[in-house]
Amino acid sequence: MEFIASHVLSLILFFPSVVALLMLFLPSAEEKLIRWIALLASLVPLGLSVWVWSAFNPGLAGFQFEEKYVWYPAIHSTLHLGVDGISLPMVLLTTLLTPLAILASFSIQERVKSYMILFLLLETGMLGVFLALDLLIFFVFWEIGLVPMYFLINQWGGSNRNYASLKFIIYTVAGSLGLLLAIQMIGVVAGTFDFTELLAAWPALQNQVWYGISIETLKAIAFWAFVIAFAIKVPVWPFHTWLPDAHTEAPTAGSMILAGVLLKLGAYGFLRLVLPLYPVEAQRYAGWLAFLAAMAIIFGALGAFGQTDFKRLVAYASINHMGFVILGIAAAAWAAGTQNGVLALNGAVLQMFSHGLSAAGMFFLVGVIYERTHTRDLDAYGGLFPLVPVYGGILVFTAMAWLGLPGLSGFVPEFLVVRGSWPVFTLATALSMIGLFFTGAYALKALKKVLHGPLNEKWVGHLSEINTREVLVIAPLMLLMLWIGVWPAWLLDVINRAVTMWY
Amino acid sequence: MQFPILSVIVFTPLIAGVLILLYPAERKTEVRVTALAATVISLLLSLWVFISYDVSAGGYQFIEKFPWLPILGISYHMGVDGISAPMVLLTGLVSVSGVLISWNVDDRPREFFAFMMFLVVSIYGVFVSLDLFQLFFFFEIAVFPKYLMIAVWGYPKTREYGAMKLTLYLFIGSVIALVGALAIYFASGQHTFDMLALENAGFPLEFQRIWFPVVFFGFAILGGIFPFHSWAPDGHVAAPTAISMLLAGVEMKVGAFGALRVAITLLPDGAREWAWLILLLGTINVVYGALIAMIQTDFKYVIGFSSVSHMGLVMMGFATLSREGLLGAGMQMFSHGVMTALFFAVVGMVYDRAHTRDIGHLGGLFKKMPWAAVGFIVGGLVSMGMPGFSGFVAEFPIFMGVWRSTPPIFAIIAVLGIVITVAYILRVVGRVFFGDTPLEIQDVGDVTVLDKVTVGVLAVIMIGLGLFPILMTPMVQSGVERVLALLGGA
Repeated sequence: MEFIASHVLSLILFFPSVVALLMLFLPSAEEKLIRWIALLASLVPLGLSVWVWSAFNPGLAGFQFEEKYVWYPAIHSTLHLGVDGISLPMVLLTTLLTPLAILASFSIQERVKSYMILFLLLETGMLGVFLALDLLIFFVFWEIGLVPMYFLINQWGGSNRNYASLKFIIYTVAGSLGLLLAIQMIGVVAGTFDFTELLAAWPALQNQVWYGISIETLKAIAFWAFVIAFAIKVPVWPFHTWLPDAHTEAPTAGSMILAGVLLKLGAYGFLRLVLPLYPVEAQRYAGWLAFLAAMAIIFGALGAFGQTDFKRLVAYASINHMGFVILGIAAAAWAAGTQNGVLALNGAVLQMFSHGLSAAGMFFLVGVIYERTHTRDLDAYGGLFPLVPVYGGILVFTAMAWLGLPGLSGFVPEFLVVRGSWPVFTLATALSMIGLFFTGAYALKALKKVLHGPLNEKWVGHLSEINTREVLVIAPLMLLMLWIGVWPAWLLDVINRAVTMWY
Repeated sequence: MQFPILSVIVFTPLIAGVLILLYPAERKTEVRVTALAATVISLLLSLWVFISYDVSAGGYQFIEKFPWLPILGISYHMGVDGISAPMVLLTGLVSVSGVLISWNVDDRPREFFAFMMFLVVSIYGVFVSLDLFQLFFFFEIAVFPKYLMIAVWGYPKTREYGAMKLTLYLFIGSVIALVGALAIYFASGQHTFDMLALENAGFPLEFQRIWFPVVFFGFAILGGIFPFHSWAPDGHVAAPTAISMLLAGVEMKVGAFGALRVAITLLPDGAREWAWLILLLGTINVVYGALIAMIQTDFKYVIGFSSVSHMGLVMMGFATLSREGLLGAGMQMFSHGVMTALFFAVVGMVYDRAHTRDIGHLGGLFKKMPWAAVGFIVGGLVSMGMPGFSGFVAEFPIFMGVWRSTPPIFAIIAVLGIVITVAYILRVVGRVFFGDTPLEIQDVGDVTVLDKVTVGVLAVIMIGLGLFPILMTPMVQSGVERVLALLGGA
């Protein structure tokens, strides 16, 4: 018990990988056993992170449950882990979505063992980014997660998977080159990768000259390197083009994790690294960021509205929703320390969590209908509500949370972001409101095409209702969407204290 | 007198090689077992050296020295430091893997394994030599087994060309380096080939400036430095699998190691004068090698050019003359050695079964030979510098060194090599191991148990080192500190 309490973060982080390694020795034919082991293995980090949540003291400044291990002393990098009020909700989101995604993958029939091993490795990769308090470790996990995701898309994806997976990995690797270079440079200039030490040393560096480049210029370059890497991951318009392809081609569970967690890694990078390390530059360029966010919101919504492929529609919607996260971050960067900034940032973090729930839910529901109809073409559905009333009800509920209906989880964060950024970037916020209108439009379009209208006779007798396993996947998500919508304080309180302390 | 462990490591394969030649030609099993036993003994002893090397003491350890030709100042002098000890271990690993991979060589196995043993002797010898003459002695005797093995057992279409090109390039390189070494010998005025004495000879700046490039490039040709790299892909492709593994895995390191040990440590001021050129050429190696690898249609050529690209990183690390850069270069030499040995092993497995190396005629081999495919993917991830694998922990410090010592533009250009590497590795993996299997190769079988062992061990080493760099970095660091001290406490 003592051991678990003092090593809880490393247990959360490495447990899935250790199980994945052990699974290598299982015979591939034991598919059922492998599925259940994977599911149980992913429930352990969930249990532990719920425990961390309950033991977490939101009133304390700084990081909690810190752990530090030797990793690469020659270049002063340590395996330094810790959580605060911003990373903890993300850890919780990851550990929650992973078992659900694994449960959703029980229908995978091909090469179950490799699939589950990759999924568990992916969980470690994502959690590492949220838990790392060392820049190099952050980068290690940032990149490591790409490998299992690449293979999940490439091996279990849709018809265009080769193109989509290659585009995904090349985009992200190319985007993180700048991050890699900037981290190397910071390591050389500051002599440490430890986040807490850097925070004290790096912004204070002034008046140095380095190969004829002043430290200010250097910081501005490093700032942009960070921003581009994270913007591609979020993705911010115009760096978004990898997303619809990857999300559409990925297997259902892969899309759930992509939209639910992977996009948050980028936004988390902004919160954890860009704002604290580059407050001056962030403020200087916040206007641009807000502009890009508004573009993402509008074009994401319009793009989604224009789709005829159900899954692609949901994918484009992610660009739209993540735009609000970036808008909130931009407002906070501009108006750091003010009431508006704090509100917007609260909204951004909550939106990350909330979108994680609703987008994962939507991708799952797309997967449910696709498995039965083998089409994603919106025009091929039609009037399915009477055939699958339970599925229809769940879809309507999730879509409502997704589009931001008051009372469900999507509304609170978007309201907070808009409220916080309105006085700061009035024009960009106003434009975003137009985007919000289209959000309603595309969500309703999807519902109408799938559930309402004249019944497509083709499906009568060929469409089975959502099954118990699938209900078990979506039910926790629905519960949380409702809970956050009705009473967001349990989550917001933790986020708010952290945000107030940091920025 | 202590146990002469380094001599035993070096000469066990020699004894085995001679023994093998004495066997009757038809005793194939005995030949193989002898070769395996000899390389395994050397590997275990080099592992022992690696583990028992005292990092906190640093410097040269396991020293053996007695006069050999005192009238010329030549002695038999062996020892390892933090940089050469991992290289000795690497040689052990790759030579054992090479024997395992060649287990089924059926064409004159007696001569094949005997020559392979001689090559291994030469490689071990260079890494442990502390006497300049002795170092050249070992360096040169590699020429004869290399040439014969490529020309006799190589890929029939290109083996004569490849063998000739490789031999001429390397011969020219070693002659140039030898001239430089003689210049060092005479200029020192100490009448000795002992490198420990020469390190402190204090050559005048003007002398160093003129002779450094001669010595450095003499060795660096074998390290595959641009524009003298073109022997490498041709030679590697023409060679039989085990020899490709040894050539790219360790022989290229012999070149890089010689450039460090002889050129940089003996002529440190010259190194500082010429660092810019090495850096420039290294950067070209990285990007150009990767670009050329990208457009290859021959599976083996892709790997051949990837070696050119990765050795460029070693050169860049040397050129920074900084703590991080040299540390990374040392790590990269080991990491790349293991990686490329694995690559060539897998290429060999594929070719032996599919009888083609044309990427367009391969496909879907993951299902046929999953071990080989996973091994290749792990190697690919190492070569992309993916964190969690040994390539990352080697490349990262190199780039830090580049940032510290040079204008930022070099780091920025060289890092582009990473994206190109990702692209060409994924291209090859996608074409060869996934997708549809062409009809002609529908019936290829799985790899042998020995192949699986080789692939598994090499892959585990790369992952282990990537996750726990501390297994090797303190040792390399202790070696780097020594070089830095000679460079004047940079």
